[in-house]
Amino acid sequence: MTDVRVFGSDGLDATIAVLRRRGYDVFGPTLRDDVVTYGPIESVADLPVGRGDEQSPARYRSRARGDGALFGYAAPVQSAKAQFLPSDELLWTSRPGDAASGPVIERQAAERRPVAFVGLRSCDLAAVLQQDRILTQRAHADVAYAGRRAGAFLIAVTCSDPADTCFCASLGTGPSPGEGADVSLTEIVGDGPHRFVATPGSPRGTELLDAVGAGPASDEDVAAAHRVERRAVTRMGRELRTDDLVGVLYASTESPHWDAVAERCLACTNCTLVCPTCFCTTITDAGDLTGGAAERRRVWASCFTKDYSYIHGGSVRTSTQARYRQWITHKLATWQVQFGSVGCVGCGRCITWCPAGIDLTAEVATLRAGDTALKSSRAAGPRPSPRED
Amino acid sequence: MAAATKPKLAVWKFASCDGCQLTLLNCEDELLAIADAVTIAYFPEATRAVVEGPCDLSLVEGSISTPEDAERIQHIREQSTLLVTIGACATAGGIQALRNVADVAEYASIVYAHPEYLSTLATSTPIRTHVFVDAELRGCPIDKGQLVELLAATLAGRAPRIPTYSVCVQCKARGVTCVAVAHSTPCLGPVTQAGCGALCPSVARGCYGCFGPQDSANMTGMTERLVAAGVPRADVVRLYRTFNAHAPAFRTESERLAASGPQGGRQP
Ligand code: SF4
Ligand code: SF4
Ligand code: SF4
Ligand code: SF4
Repeated sequence: MTDVRVFGSDGLDATIAVLRRRGYDVFGPTLRDDVVTYGPIESVADLPVGRGDEQSPARYRSRARGDGALFGYAAPVQSAKAQFLPSDELLWTSRPGDAASGPVIERQAAERRPVAFVGLRSCDLAAVLQQDRILTQRAHADVAYAGRRAGAFLIAVTCSDPADTCFCASLGTGPSPGEGADVSLTEIVGDGPHRFVATPGSPRGTELLDAVGAGPASDEDVAAAHRVERRAVTRMGRELRTDDLVGVLYASTESPHWDAVAERCLACTNCTLVCPTCFCTTITDAGDLTGGAAERRRVWASCFTKDYSYIHGGSVRTSTQARYRQWITHKLATWQVQFGSVGCVGCGRCITWCPAGIDLTAEVATLRAGDTALKSSRAAGPRPSPRED
Repeated sequence: MAAATKPKLAVWKFASCDGCQLTLLNCEDELLAIADAVTIAYFPEATRAVVEGPCDLSLVEGSISTPEDAERIQHIREQSTLLVTIGACATAGGIQALRNVADVAEYASIVYAHPEYLSTLATSTPIRTHVFVDAELRGCPIDKGQLVELLAATLAGRAPRIPTYSVCVQCKARGVTCVAVAHSTPCLGPVTQAGCGALCPSVARGCYGCFGPQDSANMTGMTERLVAAGVPRADVVRLYRTFNAHAPAFRTESERLAASGPQGGRQP
């Protein structure tokens, strides 16, 4: 029989307190500048109590829900990527040494405390597991990322109120957390007392639930949690057909639709920087004015910049057409070939936070519809690739 | 390093407000290291000492707006191994380039009691229009961090790291809330070059483009988004016509909008 527990807000507060006592830096959803984001939390009071959100293409608004829900909103502005793969990370510094030893290089040891997440969205949990596979389970592990992930404690949460931009149900990454969490929560509001149904996903998850004295859930608690999940599935604002994405995108390489997207796309990079699975980074070196000290940093990169595809002599993807095509083709098609899964977890962030309101689900639908038309028109002769210069 | 072998730095001023030169003086933490690493040959904001040219690095502030300026910049170029322009005036003509889309005689008659004493060109143009420029630092004013990076790179004989992508890159890297999406505040960040660290969005203001256009600015796309957010087309023209009004991407789009009347270049 599966181990399912239940506790109230006080139990959640105790959970945060125990994690803090055990030396974790605890992160959870919190309201900053009227936007829910994952930030440091010390107690339940730091969560966005009673807040919901409205998300649509290029629009985000926080709203009062009129109840005391702690997790009653959809994806926060940034995912756990900001904690596990930070936007700017010092890798090493170098300063002049004596003549015999040469420069002294200091690597930045991961001395930080382990991170715990309380209230990680189901889509964000799926994205963390994707980044784990990509950054730590291939030929060369990313040491800094692996170090931060190794000690991390993850408490995920079922989404009760998906946004208009959400489509995790299409990808099987939500609304309920799958494997990988130490504990999975479902919040129940307005269906009996305010409570959290908790399922441990690891021995240390079980141990934590024991430590905070979480008692067994009743059949009614479990049924209420299922109702939350079922209702959320029916509230997904968007849908992405995942069958034959590779075929659709490969057949679209010469589609005239890239021109239509590029009229709207501002090549601003927001979509990639908020995407929880996008993992591209670049290395920057800098020296100080004395010429003695130097440092190497790793910073987020985006395939929407011109510089990203710079090779000797110039950039390969100078047009926005080429950059959008690269992004969506990698995310949905070549990612499958490379990493064995679709690179999208359906969080909808790239739709909400795109200042041009570009919606990848709509763009794929257009490409899918155009696929057949294009195949017949191609007989008339090839169309030049979206490229300039 | 012996004084004789230190590279010579000069800071030159054309039509400008001195704000960019002051950025150099604001480098409090780095100022001693700078003074140690270079000989300051000419820097009217900081010292009266004048060292004879040629110089290794000339920082040029300001735009070309008079016949004398147009001549003087040629001499400075001849004396300089590297010439780097600093600020919106030097790199794009500055706010004074608004005259480029107006009648300078009419402007002068409104502003000056005796416009007949003025000797001015009909346009305010960037230094690049007149002489070869080795590198540009954008901004109104320039960013201190970029200036220090430029000096460190020049001293080390490497290329400076000056990104040309959008302000949004730095906005997201810093974890700033997007004012365009969260508040529907008009923000030129998507078409503006990074460098400031998303200063304005970090204080909940929209970017007004003081670093000029990014390398892939989609101006018509930006216009459509601003209009969709409720900015009247005539006001979009004004948004593009500030410190970088003469920068090619901003200028072309503002002229397209202005020429097409109140409905302003609506996409068919
Ligand atoms: S592609 Fe968009 S919806 Fe998919 S995971 Fe990335 S940000 Fe979320
Ligand atoms: S799709 Fe949207 S967020 Fe992405 S680069 Fe284009 S305009 Fe920016
Ligand atoms: S606030 Fe402006 S600069 Fe920042 S992400 Fe939004 S559009 Fe870009
Ligand atoms: S956000 Fe825009 S206007 Fe503000 S300092 Fe940066 S470039 Fe200038």
